[in-house]
Amino acid sequence: MTPARFAYARPATLDAALDMLAREEEATPLAGGQSLVPMMAMRVARPALLVDLNALPGLDAIEATPGVLRIGALARHAAVLDHELVAAEAPLLALALREVAHPAIRNRGTLGGSLCLADPAAELPACMVALDATLVLASAARGERRVAARDFFAGLYATARRADELLLRAEIPRAPGWSPWFEEVARRRGDYAIAGLAVMARREAGRIAALRLAFCGVEAAPRRLPEVEAAVIEGRDAAALLPGLLAPLGSAEAPAAYRLHLAQLLLRRATEHAHAAA
Amino acid sequence: MPDRAIGRALPRDASRRLVAGGGRFLDDHAERGELHAAFLRSPLPHARFTLHTDAAAALPGVAAVLTARDLAAVCRPWRTVSKGFPGLVSPEQAPLADGRASWQGEPVAMVLAASRAIAEDAAEAIDAAWEELPAVTDVQAALAPGAPPVHPGLEGNRAWGTTIRHGDPDAAFAAAALVVEERLVFTRHTGVPLEPRGALALWEKGTGALTIRLSHQMPHQMRLHLAEQLGLPVNRVRVVAADVGGGFGIKMHVYQDEMAVAAASRLLARPVRWVADRLESMLADIHAREHVVTARLAVDAEGHMLGFDVQDLQGLGAVSVYPRSSTVEAMSLLRTLGAPYRFAHARARIDSVLQNKVPTGQYRAVGAPIGCAVTERLIEKAAAARGEDALAFRARNLLRAEEMPLVNGFGAALHGLHHHAALEKARALMDLPALRAEIAAGRAAGRLLGLGLAVTVEFTASGPAIYGGAGVPVAATDTVVATLEPTGEVSAQASITEIGQGITQGLAQVLADAVGVPAGAVRVEAGDTAAAPHGGGAWASRGAAIGGEAAWGAGRALRAQLLDAAGALLQAEPGTLDISDGAILDAAGTPRMTLAELGRLMLFRGHELPRGVTPSLSAAFHYRREGDATLANNGVHAALVELDGGSGLVRVLRYWMVGDCGRVLNPLLVDGQYRGGIATGIGEALLEACRYDADSGQFLSGTLADYLLPMATDIPDITLGHVETPYPRSAVGAKGAGESGTCGAPAAILNAVNDALAAAGGGAVTELPIQPVAVLRALGRLA
Ligand SMILES: Cc1cc2nc3c(=O)[nH]c(=O)nc-3n(C[C@H](O)[C@H](O)[C@H](O)COP(=O)(O)OP(=O)(O)OC[C@H]3O[C@@H](n4cnc5c(N)ncnc54)[C@H](O)[C@@H]3O)c2cc1C
Repeated sequence: MTPARFAYARPATLDAALDMLAREEEATPLAGGQSLVPMMAMRVARPALLVDLNALPGLDAIEATPGVLRIGALARHAAVLDHELVAAEAPLLALALREVAHPAIRNRGTLGGSLCLADPAAELPACMVALDATLVLASAARGERRVAARDFFAGLYATARRADELLLRAEIPRAPGWSPWFEEVARRRGDYAIAGLAVMARREAGRIAALRLAFCGVEAAPRRLPEVEAAVIEGRDAAALLPGLLAPLGSAEAPAAYRLHLAQLLLRRATEHAHAAA
Repeated sequence: MPDRAIGRALPRDASRRLVAGGGRFLDDHAERGELHAAFLRSPLPHARFTLHTDAAAALPGVAAVLTARDLAAVCRPWRTVSKGFPGLVSPEQAPLADGRASWQGEPVAMVLAASRAIAEDAAEAIDAAWEELPAVTDVQAALAPGAPPVHPGLEGNRAWGTTIRHGDPDAAFAAAALVVEERLVFTRHTGVPLEPRGALALWEKGTGALTIRLSHQMPHQMRLHLAEQLGLPVNRVRVVAADVGGGFGIKMHVYQDEMAVAAASRLLARPVRWVADRLESMLADIHAREHVVTARLAVDAEGHMLGFDVQDLQGLGAVSVYPRSSTVEAMSLLRTLGAPYRFAHARARIDSVLQNKVPTGQYRAVGAPIGCAVTERLIEKAAAARGEDALAFRARNLLRAEEMPLVNGFGAALHGLHHHAALEKARALMDLPALRAEIAAGRAAGRLLGLGLAVTVEFTASGPAIYGGAGVPVAATDTVVATLEPTGEVSAQASITEIGQGITQGLAQVLADAVGVPAGAVRVEAGDTAAAPHGGGAWASRGAAIGGEAAWGAGRALRAQLLDAAGALLQAEPGTLDISDGAILDAAGTPRMTLAELGRLMLFRGHELPRGVTPSLSAAFHYRREGDATLANNGVHAALVELDGGSGLVRVLRYWMVGDCGRVLNPLLVDGQYRGGIATGIGEALLEACRYDADSGQFLSGTLADYLLPMATDIPDITLGHVETPYPRSAVGAKGAGESGTCGAPAAILNAVNDALAAAGGGAVTELPIQPVAVLRALGRLA
């Protein structure tokens, strides 16, 4: 469990970092290292050049503009979890981050690392989809590029990020009147979710006016499910739609039928909550 | 009169150092000029292979790439043979597989390089051509006609089998008023000590001597095997097991990789170091406890147990582990079946089956958790079928102390067990009426609560007859050498070994009382074969029961020698003198001289001693128990669990255990062992599984993200109670305690989960670990 040979750089500016990614084909950004380093130790990741982002100034900023909450890619899970702006503008993240790993890992792990890794069971990608966030990427060749979170997650550990791009930040629309719900089932506390569900709902005049949801752990990547959202809003049996819509993953400890069951369970709980609160 | 040290809750001498990070584990040691080893291991469950190592050997920093042929020049092969298991089929093993690997993870080549990273690079650079052979991993499929042979040329994959019969089981089952039956499936798991296995070998070319550090439970035994395989006189081999970060049975076997490290050091005349990483450990450490048990229990009209009829299929892995044999686990299972209870008739069929899987071996509590789970599940079923309280059923059938000694139908020797006292104590600890009311109220509110009980018997501290009778050179005896220092302190060497369980603290307390010094004045060390005489080490929960007797004997012998010397100096009859709190007392109880004065006099002012007084300041005692082959202990376990009807997850809310391990040397040590053992059992019941893909035979539980260990949040508050019945035929009277928690926890949790399921009108779960899917299926909530 020692990594294969790699070169290491710790650029001090964003431009320098982007330059390295542009020049070296097998350059890989290093953020908190909580996933990348074990993957290197197991030799399933073999970067030729490790571009350490930890010296880049300002990449961990958390700030609000009139329209959006911006969370820098290098913001640590622990910092996001505790931040006042997050509690006020995107409390869904705080709900979800409580379920992410353990304190030691949250002290190092970053938002950008979690989103770019795109582990199917990770909580934050699903939250970004439910929050309708926009992800801002940058490359030396093309400058900044904005991708909606719902278009970013492409499959198992696959995203719309190109090899020469860095994720700079997530921009989450400030949405007064929306309220969050997050729950997951994991075998042990702090484990990746077997199934989780992130929901944002807006209520008007005692009813649900709008709703966005995304599962984690269930499918290869989180996505919006418009039919399901509509069914929830209209008070129809949304869970009954899931078997026809989802393509659940299966594993030795959690077969596909189990994940589907959990997805239905979580959706029923979320629906009940949304209607009760409305 | 100072307090006795035995029985006192003294903190461990080593705790402060270990907790502060001062432990010196294998990887903390280094030898100048050492080479780092990495192994290429088979990626397939069964394959022929050819290796081209030139490119790997040419990498900068690589000293050698060794294959089976290379090591054969310095290391003889070995094969597991035991008179206890006549006809056992288990192929010869050498440090590296030669042309054919018979399980995924078997080492096939060894790289030695300037660093572990380079060694891993080179292991990857070995050009290996694999020709996959048919493999079989499922234990039932392995026995089916036409199954692919685990090793070429085998006629079948049965490694060993036996039938046991006692009384008249046919008649008993025919006449029974009630017969209950169950088929239980146990998935294999492994031990996962915090410190992985490893070896650091140093070959002294000039003297032809080997010094090797191992993270191992039995350095003395390994010394013998190393000497034999390498063809060395045993006194040219020194094994040092310093701080050992947990063993759990994982570190009591002869492994190919450790032997390869020793052989490579000799071949290259260089120090060689290897420490398994976690990925390696999961495939290179023994697995354990893969069984399919079908069992029946016959009961008469009054609710008395008549007999058992049991079939056990044991998954052995590709070889039977050396030197003890993996089949021991099946026999241990059998011995614990029904062991707390009275029954007259017994039949059992055991088949131990070869598979293209990691070999299995003795792991904490060996077969006992399975024997207990099968028994206690059948008892719950029988009580339910009779419509009676399972506790009443148990109370009726539990053996009474006065019915023992007794050898039961499965050959278990039972003596000195106090089940009824333990059951009473457990009832009181649990406050059963209040608990039952709480459960009823919870259920009325829709909670899926369940309470499960298990009664255990465990066979600890094996004596010489077990392996001695099997012709396997495993020491069941131990020695302690105690020495008075010139400062009045006592230092001792023990052949029992310290693997984190704290036994050196327990032995220090025994020595303190035996000699008559404060516990703080005694220091016991273990683990270095150059310092301590040959002995058994850490296995079968023997430290207190066997090591404690050796410590007592050595302490008393030392005391007698010191009193002889003091008598000569004080011109008193030694029999009238006493030693207490480090001082020699005369018949009136007046301190006459301290042991420090005596020590200084004897060592530094010998010219003042009377002529002819030549006492020794050291005493050795070799303890060999005669008579009882094992020391049975007993316990009662209870678990309160809650099922999540939505997710199927099981939470253990509370846990109780009452144990009788004879004389308690130090309650902190015993309670720590009970709690840790219960945590092991909770993992076994709910989480831990070594899974293999049914089609490809590939191992699926290769990381700690896939192999689920219980974490702090999975372990509930545990309430412990003790019944202390000293073993009457020894001086100190201790029995084993290190595995008791593990013996009963899986059964208690299995029963608790099934209690909750039954209360909800559900079916039963019959597979360990209990997966959430199984709970949901039993509840009828998942297809
Ligand atoms: C024991 C354990 C338990 C865990 N449990 C959970 C859990 O329950 N839920 C969960 O969601 N996560 C969990 N994690 C993962 C952890 O939370 C981190 O989110 C994750 O490791 C990625 O963050 P990181 O900063 O460590 O990224 P790294 O490991 O440094 O990088 C991950 C990947 O992202 C890329 N990357 C990182 N930053 C950028 C960027 N700015 N631009 C482009 N690419 C980038 C890297 O190149 C790499 O491919 C767990 C981790 C461990 C070790």
